[in-house]
Amino acid sequence: MTRLAIRRLACGPWLSLAAAALLLAVLPALFASSAALNFLGFVMVIALAALGWNLLAGYGGQFSFGHAAFFGMGAYAMALLQVRLGLNPWLALPVAVALGGLTGLATGFLSFRAGLRGSYFALVTLAFAEVFRILANAMAFTGGAAGVLVPLRIGAAQFQFADKATFYWVALGFVIAAMALTRLVERSRFGAQLVAVRENEEAARALGVDTVRVKLKAITLSGAVTAAAGCLYAQKSLYLDANIAFGPWISVEALLAPIIGGLGTVFGPLAGTFLLLGLGEGTKTLLATLTGSAVPGADLVLFGALLILAVAFAPRGIMGVVAGAAARIGGAR
Amino acid sequence: MSAPILECRGVTMRFGGLVAIDGADLAVETGEITGLIGPNGAGKTTLFTVISGFQRPSAGRVLFEGTDVTALPAHRRAAAGIARTFQIVQPFAGLDVRENITVGAYLRHAARTEALAHAEAVAERVGLGPMLDRPAAALTIAGRKRLELARALATEPRLLLLDEVLAGLNPSEIRDMIPVIRRIRDEGVTILIVEHVMQAVMQLCDRVHVLAQGRMIAAGRPAEIAADPGVIEAYLGHGAAARMRAHGVAPSEAAVPAAAGGADA
Repeated sequence: MTRLAIRRLACGPWLSLAAAALLLAVLPALFASSAALNFLGFVMVIALAALGWNLLAGYGGQFSFGHAAFFGMGAYAMALLQVRLGLNPWLALPVAVALGGLTGLATGFLSFRAGLRGSYFALVTLAFAEVFRILANAMAFTGGAAGVLVPLRIGAAQFQFADKATFYWVALGFVIAAMALTRLVERSRFGAQLVAVRENEEAARALGVDTVRVKLKAITLSGAVTAAAGCLYAQKSLYLDANIAFGPWISVEALLAPIIGGLGTVFGPLAGTFLLLGLGEGTKTLLATLTGSAVPGADLVLFGALLILAVAFAPRGIMGVVAGAAARIGGAR
Repeated sequence: MSAPILECRGVTMRFGGLVAIDGADLAVETGEITGLIGPNGAGKTTLFTVISGFQRPSAGRVLFEGTDVTALPAHRRAAAGIARTFQIVQPFAGLDVRENITVGAYLRHAARTEALAHAEAVAERVGLGPMLDRPAAALTIAGRKRLELARALATEPRLLLLDEVLAGLNPSEIRDMIPVIRRIRDEGVTILIVEHVMQAVMQLCDRVHVLAQGRMIAAGRPAEIAADPGVIEAYLGHGAAARMRAHGVAPSEAAVPAAAGGADA
């Protein structure tokens, strides 16, 4: 192989990321309606949560059912640090992200050291998320069932944006950063060890991989990234309650998007979120115009159907389909 | 002679009421290929899991280069310089050959480019060079055995534990593999090998230990072991050695085909 070819191979993974960032950055110019911009901003929030989940499950094979715990921790920390302690949101953000990482570390410490794997691990994470939801709903500090309102103070210094496009660009920055982080992990020793743990834990140990440590690192990173999504959510809606921040809906969307988009890939979570939420919105709008009233839960039925289709026909998700098509085109030449 | 690189002293492994290994002593001399043989269910693989740190023995000690490693978990033993292969191959099935070997290479090379380069060099050494980009799941049995070997070698061990790397291979594949193993020894890696293919044991091993029903019953040069009445009885049953003498069969000839056909439990 020539040196140039090696250079090109090394740059390729970053080039595709930069190209995607550019493409996504011009989207507001094409879809300028308020509803479209709102939708795009929401896609970014969910994609960020999904990117967090993907780090642990897509690369490490540890399927969490309770990423709401990290999302909610980020969202509540962001909101409460502002409301209760008067912290500037830009200062609250790193604290909230760190708290999300710590929540991940604690969850991992309790489950991985006990040797929990597979469905047992999934159930424990689900239980953690539910405990947080119930606590947030009951405690006075979190505003109880009434939730928390972040006071409206529009301005970049307050992390509140009057223009929906600006919020989208900020959120896109987070998503691109998380994708770059994923790419870095993918190309590092830690990433190789994480994938080895996913593929075969015994064999990984035989090759000197400290599997518990690798999994703890992964769940900490994963919790931090998903907590960042919670922070964005708090600043986007300026209102939280326990069922929003710690509700099962976010755990489900954070795992469905990467599964449909492509597990253990950099682009999978984002592609999956676009498809999932796009089809969900489309169905809701279509049914609403057809029946004359909203049909609650129609998008959830669709998500279920999508999951079945993905598992049955595209186990490697959208990215797998794309890679397969590219290989066929390349092979046909 | 220098001190042995590996020593097992009185290693006992109980599973409930079953004693899989009963006070086994074993010494592996630096720079040699030591064989560990024995009938099916003798406890060979169990002893391997104890030496590699996947199981703590119920009693006894494991010493590596003079240091007690009995309490060290598997990944720390790999870091100390003990590598193992699995009898039932355990490839990272979703990864290609290069990625598989690189996981091992990362143990001593933190940088990606160095780890990749080292993995490629190891692949060449075991004859996997042309298959670097193949998915591990697409390899033949012989290919998977080589992959097990390559991954373990990529951790740059001083002691390599090979658990039946020749099992399931056809005679020509075995002939191809023997020089590969010998070359690894010649490059300075001490090898402990569990093997049922007697032809390979006889050709490769400097010294052989025999485990039967959890006890070490013999140790010595391959030719001595093949002629040992106790060993023949362990394989062929009580009284076999005496009957063979009566019929004028050279014991080493009889033991070889009988033992070669076995697949370990």
